[in-house]
Amino acid sequence: MSASVQERPVIPPSATARPTRRPGAGGSRRARGNHPLWFLVPAFAVLAVFFFLPTLFNFIYALTDWSSFKSEIAFVGTQNFADLISSGTLLASLRITIVYAVLVAVFQNVFGLLLALLLERDTRVNRFARVMFFVPVVMSALAVGYIFQAFLKPDGALNGVLSAVFGTTISIPWLGSTTWTLVVVAVIHAWKWMGLSMLIYLAGLKTISEDVLEAARLDGSSAWRTFRDIRFPLLAPAVTFNVATALLGSMNGFDIVQATTGGGPARTTELLNIFIFRTFGQGLFAQATTMSLVLFLVVMVLAFPVIRTLRKREDVL
Amino acid sequence: MTTTARTPAPTGGTPTTRRGLNDHHGPWRRLQPFVAILAVVLVIAPPLWIAVVTAGKTQAEALNPDLTLPSRWQLWENVAAVWEQGRLPSAFLGSLLIMVPAVLAVLTLGSLASWVLARRSGRAVAVLYALAISGIVLPPAVVTIVLLLRQLGLAGTAIGMIGVYTGMYLSTVIFFVTGFVRTIPHELEEAARVDGASPVRVFGTIILPLLVPTIATATILICLYIWNDVFYAFFVVGGRLDTLPLNLFQVASAGLYLNNWHLIFTYVVLMSLPLLVVFIVAQRKIISGITSGAVK
Repeated sequence: MSASVQERPVIPPSATARPTRRPGAGGSRRARGNHPLWFLVPAFAVLAVFFFLPTLFNFIYALTDWSSFKSEIAFVGTQNFADLISSGTLLASLRITIVYAVLVAVFQNVFGLLLALLLERDTRVNRFARVMFFVPVVMSALAVGYIFQAFLKPDGALNGVLSAVFGTTISIPWLGSTTWTLVVVAVIHAWKWMGLSMLIYLAGLKTISEDVLEAARLDGSSAWRTFRDIRFPLLAPAVTFNVATALLGSMNGFDIVQATTGGGPARTTELLNIFIFRTFGQGLFAQATTMSLVLFLVVMVLAFPVIRTLRKREDVL
Repeated sequence: MTTTARTPAPTGGTPTTRRGLNDHHGPWRRLQPFVAILAVVLVIAPPLWIAVVTAGKTQAEALNPDLTLPSRWQLWENVAAVWEQGRLPSAFLGSLLIMVPAVLAVLTLGSLASWVLARRSGRAVAVLYALAISGIVLPPAVVTIVLLLRQLGLAGTAIGMIGVYTGMYLSTVIFFVTGFVRTIPHELEEAARVDGASPVRVFGTIILPLLVPTIATATILICLYIWNDVFYAFFVVGGRLDTLPLNLFQVASAGLYLNNWHLIFTYVVLMSLPLLVVFIVAQRKIISGITSGAVK
């Protein structure tokens, strides 16, 4: 908070007769009373109990053998980490989560940006199309997942349509490949959220001044060049917001993957949250806590540099 | 009031129709509406269509959900079955009972704190602000929340769930609202204060009304997240309280096993309807709210 804003002298025309109060100097004691600290108490109390304290517990209980099978909880040091690393689960889940997050961020932004460019003009058809593309955003991710599970069955609707188009029987196991299913699921995640990215890109496109585009047009710049050199760089704040939210959202992903594959085939789509859900259900609370801590640390390590890099790109402009 | 700090220009539509880049490409201009409709038909419609038609089929016909229309619509029978099996009324009430208080709490506590965080300066306040917004990025510790709630005697209760959601989304509200409060001139508050208004009064009569547009956007998104959340609900109230997504999971888990696709999709349609209706009725406001609030 810059001091300059605070110390701007307050001289309302009607109030010149009264002694002018300067919040910066003698009024600091008063200013404090004007914005009492107890306004912070309810919010921070909730944050402390429901957010900070559980996070702190995460660090403690990851080092114990807390489970549903016995009543005592004993300290076991880094045993849980060692077990998860030696079984390969930790690295596998971590790799899957990161690949998934990156794929979702790419797909969601490419789809969202293409849609924004396609539906940019304010026409009746485009307003209708925007509403339609926002429908999946409003729906439950779990519901979307079940719809796609049916849609992508080997003898399901998509293969049926493809068979009809190509004239041969096509039965691609979209959700049964140990390599490609992760990509398919990332596309579904992006499909669900691309309407939100689209809206944010549309908002970004609207902030670009008409004069700049007019100037480019007069210079004979092609549509593609204008996009590459002028419009896309000016969209930087929208890109930051969209990439950051897509990355964070998919690192915390659960619903869509649970509803389409449940982590399969052969656990090749088992995100950290799916692992946490599964092991918690089995009563292995300490293991679930350990993975939850891993997720926390990974997000902390990855998110801040990503956001800083994206912000820096904005500053250059 | 001389200066009103509002969100930047409304984005609904500029008086002169905005001329896109593609204007001098005549053919594209004529083609674009068809491409837009085609995109909707190919990309959005098939999955939604499959849900609706399958919801109207018999179990035999729905064994392999496809794009064909049901030979005989039996939507009402399916609705009746799901109404019972999925405990739809209690799930709907459960979802409301959790979402409404959580959203109200998040907004009230969040804006109160944001006002003070935005107006006061100093190192301590900066640290508090950083802590308050850390939750935007950091994931909640979902397993140990359960442990804590057990210790507090709140495990499996609506109050526990409301608290967890409030804690999760306070950061988002504090981030958006603090940023916005900083753009509100001090003079507005000062004028009321000279008339002897208490801080609570200043907040309620001057600040809160100005926050409405910003809060509206945050409210929409938080409602969406809470209404559709299943992951955190599993841990906190799973098996104890009914919510729409939790019961969908139950219906679907049983349905996949028994090949009851018609019931799964009936539930999907019924569960999506409330938010879809709200969205379609208020779509203009919602869309312009999100587009004006998100990127400054």
